[in-house]
Amino acid sequence: MSPLSLLARLGRLALGALAAVGRVALFAISTFTHMLRPPYYPREFALSLLQIGWLSLPVVGLTAVFTGGALALQIYAGGARFNAEAVVPQIVAIGMVRELGPVLVGLMIAARVTSSIAAEIATMKVTEQIDALVTLSTNPMQYLVAPRVLAALITVPLLVGIGDIIGIAGGYAVAVHNLDFNAAAYLKNTVDFLEPLDVISSLVKGAFFGVIAATMGCYYGMQSGRGAQGVGSATKSSVEAAAVLILAANFILTGVFFSL
Amino acid sequence: MTQDQSPPPMIKMDGVYKAFGSNRVLRGMNLSIPRGSSMVIIGGSGTGKSVALKSVLGLIKPDAGEIYVDGKPAGSGDRDAFLARFGMLFQGGALFDSLPVWQNVAFRLQRGSLKRPADEARAIAIEKLRRVGLKPDVADRLPAELSGGMQKRVGLARAIAADPEIIFFDEPTTGLDPIMSGVINDLIREIVVEMGATAMTITHDMSSVRAIADNVAMLHDGVIQWAGPVADLDQSGDPYLDQFIHGRAEGPIEAVR
Ligand SMILES: Nc1ncnc2c1ncn2[C@@H]1O[C@H](COP(=O)(O)OP(=O)(O)OP(=O)(O)O)[C@@H](O)[C@H]1O
Ligand SMILES: [Mg+2]
Repeated sequence: MSPLSLLARLGRLALGALAAVGRVALFAISTFTHMLRPPYYPREFALSLLQIGWLSLPVVGLTAVFTGGALALQIYAGGARFNAEAVVPQIVAIGMVRELGPVLVGLMIAARVTSSIAAEIATMKVTEQIDALVTLSTNPMQYLVAPRVLAALITVPLLVGIGDIIGIAGGYAVAVHNLDFNAAAYLKNTVDFLEPLDVISSLVKGAFFGVIAATMGCYYGMQSGRGAQGVGSATKSSVEAAAVLILAANFILTGVFFSL
Repeated sequence: MTQDQSPPPMIKMDGVYKAFGSNRVLRGMNLSIPRGSSMVIIGGSGTGKSVALKSVLGLIKPDAGEIYVDGKPAGSGDRDAFLARFGMLFQGGALFDSLPVWQNVAFRLQRGSLKRPADEARAIAIEKLRRVGLKPDVADRLPAELSGGMQKRVGLARAIAADPEIIFFDEPTTGLDPIMSGVINDLIREIVVEMGATAMTITHDMSSVRAIADNVAMLHDGVIQWAGPVADLDQSGDPYLDQFIHGRAEGPIEAVR
């Protein structure tokens, strides 16, 4: 292959990627403008709160408790190499709240919520239910997309907060029961060490990740090709995109909060 | 075409083109449907009948050509008001599978500009279900729990629920037994005659064509190959139409494409 044609191919790839970013950005903007404009669909919104928030609690709790526990064990073992076992409460707290809580909850939401939104909307697209909505004078952006994204914006930060607490509790349980930490001292160290900014950054990340997860599910669902294959590929792409974007957003937000 | 030009037709398609990639589906389709009449579109599978219906509703954007509804270009003016005049039965039913049957039928009556109180909406839904031959006990079932023919009839009930002025039926009797087909044919006729609605129906069922059509148009190769009153169907002298309505394998339409 000549260098020029390689360059042309790279250029096409880059343009394609940029165009995709543009389409997603336009979709996200359109979602937010539709959120503000009536009619509102309270029933759809309530169902989304239930689906995205409440029903995600078990998986979020389990993810957090195991991660907090493992974190405590690791920090204890690692810290022991230079007699720093005592930092377990502080590092568990900061690790959970700043990074692992939001990222793991975000990824679990991408797995659970993004995939189900994408599959549901793609199936509706393929079976002409989206067309039927339109003919019944109902805007799919308002009826399907806006309630889901708004529900994710509200519930995912809460899930992250709960995940943070459960993760710290997991670390606490392991530290107190297996590593002979003093219970009261562990809690006091945790509370003293955490700054308001840690908690704020955690919740803000949650809000971003929630919006990313729900938006990607809706976007790929609405773009779905025809047939079962279209639904499958929409679901796969939505989860991939959501996971990558969540990790990238996490990197950027961490930079914004802690190194500027 | 054999229409007088004085009142504007309810629907007019003027040189409509639509291609999907290299698949050129509509290639200059012209069609005119007088107000308060029943037009039936026939034509081979995959010739673009459903695409034509969706183009009028704006679900598919034509590549070229004009579509007028009630004398005004479709897509001009308020989209909600435009769509509120239509009812559409989709070929596949397109029922919302997360909602029970009655909420599917009453969808339009439960939100937006045509909103009614819930019990009234439900009563209307049950009445429309009765008109398509479904008993009130299906009202609370989910669409997935119904047979294909029952789903089709729920779709029909939903299309007529808000008493639209213009109704599109994409294969209303496909998958129904002969008696139920007769009931649905009568219903469509009734809606046109009694409510003065304008109907555009796609069907492959020639007895349906004769039962519900004022006018018939045959779509072939992306254009209307023949159009005229249903009474002229048998003396058209058009070899394509003759082959189609008699279901012959031999003729100008190649059976294998
Ligand atoms: N959204 C779409 N994307 C790509 N191709 C499409 C789309 N919709 C329809 N087509 C193609 O357009 C052609 C006409 O489709 P259409 O559904 O209008 O056929 P039809 O006349 O209604 O046939 P049938 O009687 O079998 O329902 C087909 O070749 C179909 O593959
Ligand atoms: Mg069709």
